[in-house]
Amino acid sequence: MGGYTVREIAAAQIKDCVKELILEASYVIGRDVEETMMQFKEEEPSPSGRAVLDQLLENYRIAREERVAICQDTGMCVVFLDIGQQVHITGGDLTEAVNSAVREAYNEGYLRKSVVRDPLYDRVNTRDNTPAILHTRIVPGDKLDILVTPKGFGSENMSRIKMLVPADGEQGVVDFIVNTVVEAGPNPCPPVIVGVGIGGTMEMAAILAKRMTARPLSEANPDPRYAALEETILSKINASGVGPAGIGGRTTALKVNIAASPTHIAGLPVAVNICCHAARHAARTM
Amino acid sequence: MDHIRVSLPLDPEQVKALRAGDTILLSGALYTARDAAHKRLVACLDEGRELPFDPTNQLIYYVGPAPASPGHAVGSAGPTTSYRMDPYAPRLIAAGLKGMMGKGRRSPAVIEAMKEHGAVYLGAVGGAAALIAQRIKSSQVIAYDDLGAEAIHRFEVEDFPALVLIDCLGNNLYETGPAQYRED
Repeated sequence: MGGYTVREIAAAQIKDCVKELILEASYVIGRDVEETMMQFKEEEPSPSGRAVLDQLLENYRIAREERVAICQDTGMCVVFLDIGQQVHITGGDLTEAVNSAVREAYNEGYLRKSVVRDPLYDRVNTRDNTPAILHTRIVPGDKLDILVTPKGFGSENMSRIKMLVPADGEQGVVDFIVNTVVEAGPNPCPPVIVGVGIGGTMEMAAILAKRMTARPLSEANPDPRYAALEETILSKINASGVGPAGIGGRTTALKVNIAASPTHIAGLPVAVNICCHAARHAARTM
Repeated sequence: MDHIRVSLPLDPEQVKALRAGDTILLSGALYTARDAAHKRLVACLDEGRELPFDPTNQLIYYVGPAPASPGHAVGSAGPTTSYRMDPYAPRLIAAGLKGMMGKGRRSPAVIEAMKEHGAVYLGAVGGAAALIAQRIKSSQVIAYDDLGAEAIHRFEVEDFPALVLIDCLGNNLYETGPAQYRED
């Protein structure tokens, strides 16, 4: 195949890796989240707001040191796999490998099982937190990139998508995102991280927004116009007064992460995926 | 901040004296229930059947704890969002429940029931689940075991940190707190 080598990765190896990432994400908060929260605490004018942030920082420490879940809502397990096109997965079914990882991690790791097998007529717990939500992309290369983001539903329930029209413009986008976070108030466990997808189609905007909940807080959108928009929206959200735990203060969101994508001449989809301060994710390249 | 010590089950006179914004430390026994358990509790009331516990002067904590790992009485156990229990809460308040604990806003109907019957809505810090678990000394499933994490547990707690979010007069910390820091 003209220098085109195929690299084999066993499904069992993927299972082991996903399992480790689930456990790590559930117990250990990212340094970026912890450090950003500390910075906001220094500038938080509300004494009760600072007390909440102190409790959250202490909670991160306890979870990390005792290897217990940061939050009891250990979420539905969202897994992103970017599969290099030279990778050949051997020895089993990829989807089953991911679900096995969820089953083992949630059982052995003392994580709560929060999935029901039907949303409307048969809300019976599956007892092993399966199925995972699996998003795959085929990308160039011979690597496999894994991102695991267990997602709690306090913040998921406060998320929104809206099909804006081109005439709504920047102001329409800003208002929709700010209103979504401020109207959610205390419910999604502020301070939150705001993942935003703008453009594409309806489902693409939603998937981009989910990916943006896991973008490191030290990074900004590479396009300076969107980086400025992230800052503008963050300032407006933090001027709302909602504050830590929603009881008043300036620390309502730690970061706004935006991804933009080409869209249709008639469209301006905007998805806002809110992530609580237990912003859990872990990634590895195989 | 000075904490007010509150014993469980609740004393109705003390509940009436609590005010939105008070920080408290809870000690004693409380019951857990969330969506599915509330549905069953209200079905019991509808059908005139006995509840699995007497709600008189009790506090219900909206939580579905994580499983306990070895050496722990309970797994991580922070509050869940309370509005999902709003359709059921007024019935339980009318049946004698004096307190609810969770996070997030309540409906006007719940607040009216709290004012009518002298009940209080407390908050624990959402997401501080590993820290909160350290204040829970024992946990026992008393009903609806088939619901897993949603089963009704009886927790013995000691110095459990909570905040009065809405008091029995309808004062609401979610309104007064943010108003102090709103900048526009």
